[in-house]
Amino acid sequence: MKVILPFFLVIAIVFFIYGGIKFYDAHIILGIIIPYVCFAVAIVGFVARVIKWAISPVPFNITTVCGQQKSLPFIRHSFIESPASRTGVFIRMLFETLFFRSLSRNDRAELYGNERRLIYGRDRYLWLASILFHWSLLIIVLRHLRFFLEPVPHWILFLQDLDSLFQSHLTPFYISNVLISMGILYLFFRRFKKRNYYISLPSDYFILFLIGGIIISGILLRHIYRADLYSVKVFLYGLIYLNPVPFGGFGVMFYIHFCLICILLAYLPYSKLMHMAGVFLSPTRNIRNDSRARRHINPWNYPVKVHSYEEWEKEFKDALKEAGIPQEGGNG
Amino acid sequence: MDKPDEIKKTLNIDRPEGDWMESKVEFKKGTYCYGAPLKHQQYLGLPHQREWQPHDPDWKLPENWKEIIIEGMKGILKKNRALKLFMDICVRCGACADKCHFFIGSGDPKNMPVVRAELLRSVYRRYFTLQGRLFRRLAGARDLTVDVLKEWFYYFYQCTECRRCSVYCPYGIDTCEITMAARELLNLVGCNIQWIVEPASNCYRTGNHLGVPPHAFKETLGFALDEIRDITGINIEAPINKKGAEVLFVAPSADYFASPHWYTLLGYLMLFHEIGLDYTWSAYASEGGNFGLFHSTELAKRLNAKIYEEAKRLKVKWILGGECGHMWRVIHQYMDTMNGPADFLEVPVSPITGTRFEHARSTKMIHIAEFTADLIQNNKLNLDKSRNDKWIITFHDSCNPARSMGLLEEPRFIIKNTCNHFYEMPENTIREKTFCCGSGAGLGADENLEMRLKGGMPRAMAVKYVKEKYGVNMLACMCAIDKAALPAVLDYWVSGVEVCGVHELVGNALVMKGEKKRETNLRGEPLE
Ligand code: HEM
Ligand code: HEM
Ligand code: SF4
Ligand code: SF4
Ligand code: SF4
Repeated sequence: MKVILPFFLVIAIVFFIYGGIKFYDAHIILGIIIPYVCFAVAIVGFVARVIKWAISPVPFNITTVCGQQKSLPFIRHSFIESPASRTGVFIRMLFETLFFRSLSRNDRAELYGNERRLIYGRDRYLWLASILFHWSLLIIVLRHLRFFLEPVPHWILFLQDLDSLFQSHLTPFYISNVLISMGILYLFFRRFKKRNYYISLPSDYFILFLIGGIIISGILLRHIYRADLYSVKVFLYGLIYLNPVPFGGFGVMFYIHFCLICILLAYLPYSKLMHMAGVFLSPTRNIRNDSRARRHINPWNYPVKVHSYEEWEKEFKDALKEAGIPQEGGNG
Repeated sequence: MDKPDEIKKTLNIDRPEGDWMESKVEFKKGTYCYGAPLKHQQYLGLPHQREWQPHDPDWKLPENWKEIIIEGMKGILKKNRALKLFMDICVRCGACADKCHFFIGSGDPKNMPVVRAELLRSVYRRYFTLQGRLFRRLAGARDLTVDVLKEWFYYFYQCTECRRCSVYCPYGIDTCEITMAARELLNLVGCNIQWIVEPASNCYRTGNHLGVPPHAFKETLGFALDEIRDITGINIEAPINKKGAEVLFVAPSADYFASPHWYTLLGYLMLFHEIGLDYTWSAYASEGGNFGLFHSTELAKRLNAKIYEEAKRLKVKWILGGECGHMWRVIHQYMDTMNGPADFLEVPVSPITGTRFEHARSTKMIHIAEFTADLIQNNKLNLDKSRNDKWIITFHDSCNPARSMGLLEEPRFIIKNTCNHFYEMPENTIREKTFCCGSGAGLGADENLEMRLKGGMPRAMAVKYVKEKYGVNMLACMCAIDKAALPAVLDYWVSGVEVCGVHELVGNALVMKGEKKRETNLRGEPLE
């Protein structure tokens, strides 16, 4: 259920686009209305969600400390894992977002052998697959900028050359395409391991199918059902400059690629994909571990009922006297 | 409960069956804590007071309990970015899944931190997100029902708020925060446990969790002084509520009432005497620990307020804190925010070495391990390591000082300077990756023993490893709950390893001016 349903949902979407173009010539809907609507939903949703997070207060300093605190001068403090300075936090966040530092700590608890000894094996595959997936994604998106920018900046061309290892024939394949496919395949298949299957929701599979569909259609678009890149550019410029041209010049594959992306964008603010923004705001990672050096302010701190010393002394007057413990009014 | 080997044989952490969205909880004896007695609910003025037990079929919830919870959730979400974020961004990658000691020890898939969080998240989705309202189960959303509430109670009182999962999560999602929020919600409809509410109520009234009144407090300190005299031949004082002392000392109450905590207390007293510290205990703030934290931030604040109030009244310059886990979570990450600013105090300066503890310049409270490590570094203590030779020691990082403070090297520095034989447990089980004892966050109740022993299993296995490899026979730690819980855990899984505090080791090694030849260690066992 968890897997089949999202799978058929994505298939249905693809057929919908295919049918729309093939039989109904729905260029206006698929090429103009859907992109604008999806884009609007994405932007509004994304901004609203981030604002909602950003304006909610962080009542306490709840850094998850992963290294030695800054205390005595002769004890070496862990500058990044227990950052006491802004620079430390900045580097910590850089490590988290660029290299998935926390994920790289991953290990696997196992009951080993006949004795069932509890051991912790290394488990870097999740980290590796995530790195492959995300970095390739970044490179692909950056390379895509060539459809949006005129003239195409040199660094994009360079990236393109680098990514294709300077192959000289006409449509070289990109290394990033291979790596992202490997990455997403691993991420997909690991969700069938019993334990990961147990924790997965249909939406987890849905996103993987959707992104998988985008990648497959993209690769097909490049190597088999070639799109005329010039018309792609014209088409995109039309959309960007609010002067959309419904364009029949390219095949169905382009529409599939393009509309799947629109759907991904629209879904993004309501999905776990918001982790791309949330990771920067996570209070356990982006606050300094200096709560005893600098007072963290809780904006909604309110007075509470306490058992004051006076009340306490009154209640235990006799006991205090008997024990000879000094009292405020003397021990008389 | 079965034998350790039996449990290990049937333990299943790889292949969970079923669907977490289904299934009712069964309150099996030994795996949950009892409800709070009415008397203590009343004393603290908690919501929806009544006598109740988790195994009762009818929980006698208020009529509009659902609205209360959903309104409560709305409130908490508005007040706490962490919670809101953690509700939204988990990708269910499963990196945290096998990091929880309760999951490893029990094999119950709902003890995977991610699923524990999903229990709350599914209700969040149902009432606070569009896709949840529209697509319900398909979007991972669940209606709030009595069964769901019961499940919350069961599993959110099976999390020790140890934050190990947070270390491994790529977004730092901290299931502790989620557990805290869920417990606040449960509290709104009157579902809380005896082992938390009773100590909190005691602490509110008498000043400490055990409900020790001032004269008994003085008496037990007196016993400790007698014991020290027997061992060292030195007469020591322990001032209480002394105005104008330089330092206020606050320790968890278990230190003066439980064993093996007791020997740590002896260690403190001997140390303070030896260096001539001008300090005082307080009978009003006679508790460093804070069971309020396991209940709600409000109750945490109500209990914690006493420390600053007392420091102000006694006109001390700064505060020194004893060995405790969650006490230090509160002091390091909450106290200043809740009850500060402590502008009536001064930045802590060690009167013996002159070291200024700049890292505590705002909260004005330092940990005794920081204080002692500084003394040792400056050669202010005369230590005879050989007095601890009987013991081959390993060190258990208590979760809170480790993951909420970063107090990792100070205790190790002290141990290495007071003992000759020290070995670390495997790397994946110490420092920021340390495993909880299994009894933290108010779960140390007797009736919960089976669950606690299971939760303590990963820690115990690491101890077993060093026992077999290096002959370790003593586990040092710096948390009152650890000291209470780990002896039973180790007895069950390992046997032959005892538990001590770091300042017990200091007390043993400390060569005091004018002492007689020591015949025994602080436990009264003959020195070799
Ligand atoms: C700052 C940017 C981002 C960071 C730091 C980041 C980080 C991460 C991390 C650490 C994971 C968990 C490991 C895993 O399961 O692979 C993850 C998962 C994931 N990320 Fe990102 N991510 C970012 C942006 C994106 C973007 C832009 C997308 C796609 C549109 C994306 C899609 C995914 C998906 C689909 C998963 C789940 C994979 C699975 O099912 O296991 N991420 N991300
Ligand atoms: C509005 C946005 C986009 C447009 C108009 C677009 C269009 C295209 C076109 C025309 C190609 C063929 C390129 C060629 O022949 O060299 C292509 C390839 C590809 N696209 Fe997209 N794309 C978009 C966004 C994305 C996104 C967000 C992803 C990733 C999730 C993606 C993944 C790919 C991949 C993997 C290829 C294969 C070749 C390559 O890596 O360049 N595309 N896309
Ligand atoms: S590690 Fe973090 S993101 Fe991954 S499943 Fe656990 S809580 Fe969710
Ligand atoms: S905080 Fe500790 S006990 Fe709670 S889920 Fe995380 S690892 Fe388990
Ligand atoms: S009792 Fe000790 S080990 Fe357990 S949660 Fe508290 S600090 Fe951690």
